[in-house]
Amino acid sequence: MSTSEGTTSSVKVGGLTLEVHRRGAGKPLLLLAGEEQLELDAPFVAELARTHEVIIPSAPGFGHSERPDWITSPDDIAYMYLDLIDVLELRDVVVVGFALGGWIAAELATKTDRSISKLVLVDSYGVKLGSPTDRDILDIWTSRPEKVLAAKWADPAMGKRDFSKMNDDELTIIARNIESFARFCWEPYMHNPKLKQRLHRIKAPTLLIWGEKDGVISTSYGEGFAKLIPGARFAVVPGAAHYPQIEAPEAFLSTLRGFIG
Amino acid sequence: MDAWHFTEMPYPNLPPIDSLSTMRVSLPNKLFDPKIGADLYNRYLDEYMIADDLGLNLLCNEHHQTATCIDVAAPLTAAILARQTSKGRICILGNPIANRGDPLRIAEEMAMIDCISHGRLDVGFVRGVPYEIFAANTNPTTTVERLWEGIDLVVKAWAPCDEPFNFEGRFTQRRAINLWPRPYQTPHPGIWITGSSDLENIKRAAGRGFVFATFLQPHEKVKWMFEGYRSAYRDTGLPGGGGTAYMPLVYTAETEEEAEKGAKELTWYLNAKAEPQYRNPPGYVPVDFNVNALKGTFTGRTDAMRAKTMEFLKEEGVMVYGTPDSVAKQIKRLYDLVGGFDHLLMMQQAGWLDHARTVKSMSLFAKEVYPQIRDLPRTKPLESRAAAE
Repeated sequence: MSTSEGTTSSVKVGGLTLEVHRRGAGKPLLLLAGEEQLELDAPFVAELARTHEVIIPSAPGFGHSERPDWITSPDDIAYMYLDLIDVLELRDVVVVGFALGGWIAAELATKTDRSISKLVLVDSYGVKLGSPTDRDILDIWTSRPEKVLAAKWADPAMGKRDFSKMNDDELTIIARNIESFARFCWEPYMHNPKLKQRLHRIKAPTLLIWGEKDGVISTSYGEGFAKLIPGARFAVVPGAAHYPQIEAPEAFLSTLRGFIG
Repeated sequence: MDAWHFTEMPYPNLPPIDSLSTMRVSLPNKLFDPKIGADLYNRYLDEYMIADDLGLNLLCNEHHQTATCIDVAAPLTAAILARQTSKGRICILGNPIANRGDPLRIAEEMAMIDCISHGRLDVGFVRGVPYEIFAANTNPTTTVERLWEGIDLVVKAWAPCDEPFNFEGRFTQRRAINLWPRPYQTPHPGIWITGSSDLENIKRAAGRGFVFATFLQPHEKVKWMFEGYRSAYRDTGLPGGGGTAYMPLVYTAETEEEAEKGAKELTWYLNAKAEPQYRNPPGYVPVDFNVNALKGTFTGRTDAMRAKTMEFLKEEGVMVYGTPDSVAKQIKRLYDLVGGFDHLLMMQQAGWLDHARTVKSMSLFAKEVYPQIRDLPRTKPLESRAAAE
């Protein structure tokens, strides 16, 4: 799994090595990929790279980035990205996060009001809105694989991947991503109980974009999430599920462009 | 060689297996009838007491949210047996220390059972099978580390101390640790550990003098694991008792025909099924195993066994059944094939195998087979480095 264009480098951040992909030129845009890192090869990134320098780090334990034992949560990863922003000397950076990457982006934005110009969260986890027995987020680890696929994709055929055509490095990355996602998000399931109480600190203008048919986290969850961030707007991409950036790239980009320019 | 009686305490009274999508984790508990459960618990405990009378040792374990095993607290079973039996050793194989999350509570329970039984306890620790992750909600990516940190803390807590100590580890933080009671055995009960594919884990067990146990594996693989154990045993010296243990399904009968029928009942255990999402939780096995899983070349052990015939499983040493002389012969063959072992752990009851047939099989084993194998020598460390390689 690699970006078809651009450069990939190793960046030392707080004693660990992160893999960082970069594409395009222009104002910096920090793109925090989802747990499956499907964004790396997605056409919408090429489009964004026409106007922005798109910077895509692999989170610790994802792609080829290291995963030290002390990193146990998306909150910890957000601290690594504070360092990354410093090391890369990013100013007025647009941060766009998808799913797990959106959760990390929200954590990050609660910790700094200096570097982030705009924040976009796409079908993101991170908060618990309902009661203990409410299923805010589909339990993907106790659901049948076909149910998870149907929840993630409006067209489940989009989510089928042919592992037989992948080499060992690509398969190793998939296996690492699956493992690291569980390492950080198993318990509490897909949320940080403290994040809800911290979201009021976010100063950057914020947009939440949600796939209309997301079966993992519904649009009502997205709306509830948006209400916790001062002044945040909420937009829906019709016809797409958990990955609107892949399933409906044009509608997604038009919504995103309308916000970040 | 020591022989041990074992049952997982199954709850077989289910709708037809073909009509169920799973027997583990998500099988609705409305299917559990407490009246049937009460009879089953008492029956299985009776069988352990009979095994004790027959001169066998007693092995128990625990699982959660599953009809395959309604023993959900092995320390409770062991505590009952500590009080109600008098001769056999009692082994819990094992305490799911990574999943229970409180090593000191386990240390206390084991010390108390060891005292009640006047030192007849052996204490096993297990990482827990994949399905167990869900009921315990343990992070599946850290169970190996939790297992070893927990064991080290238990061993330290069992030792006599002059003053309390604090422990600040990766997974457990406790203060003023000062265990009352201490175990009856000095310095502590024998420790057992289970494993299958992870050779590093096996060598680590050997280096600490733990007994290494493995279940229902083809004899070639058992040999590979036991040789790994014995080589480390020699390389690192032997701090404790140590030894090797193997568990097949065992059924002994007067005739071959009767034995085959009884053994057939035991295969219920191999046919226990679970929905796919419970079989390999994310990060439970190392990345390279999961790469093979993505390629379709790695499947679970029981999945592989399920597809095989009984004759094949007998050839592999996964099942041992027949007349007493035949069973003794099969065990001696297995002993030779794997380079010897110290503990024969016998799953002598599974599924619908009823009380009368279970007792008949274990009695025949105890009276007519055990005398033929009891004196097989204990395994020794490998003599030469070359033999280990």
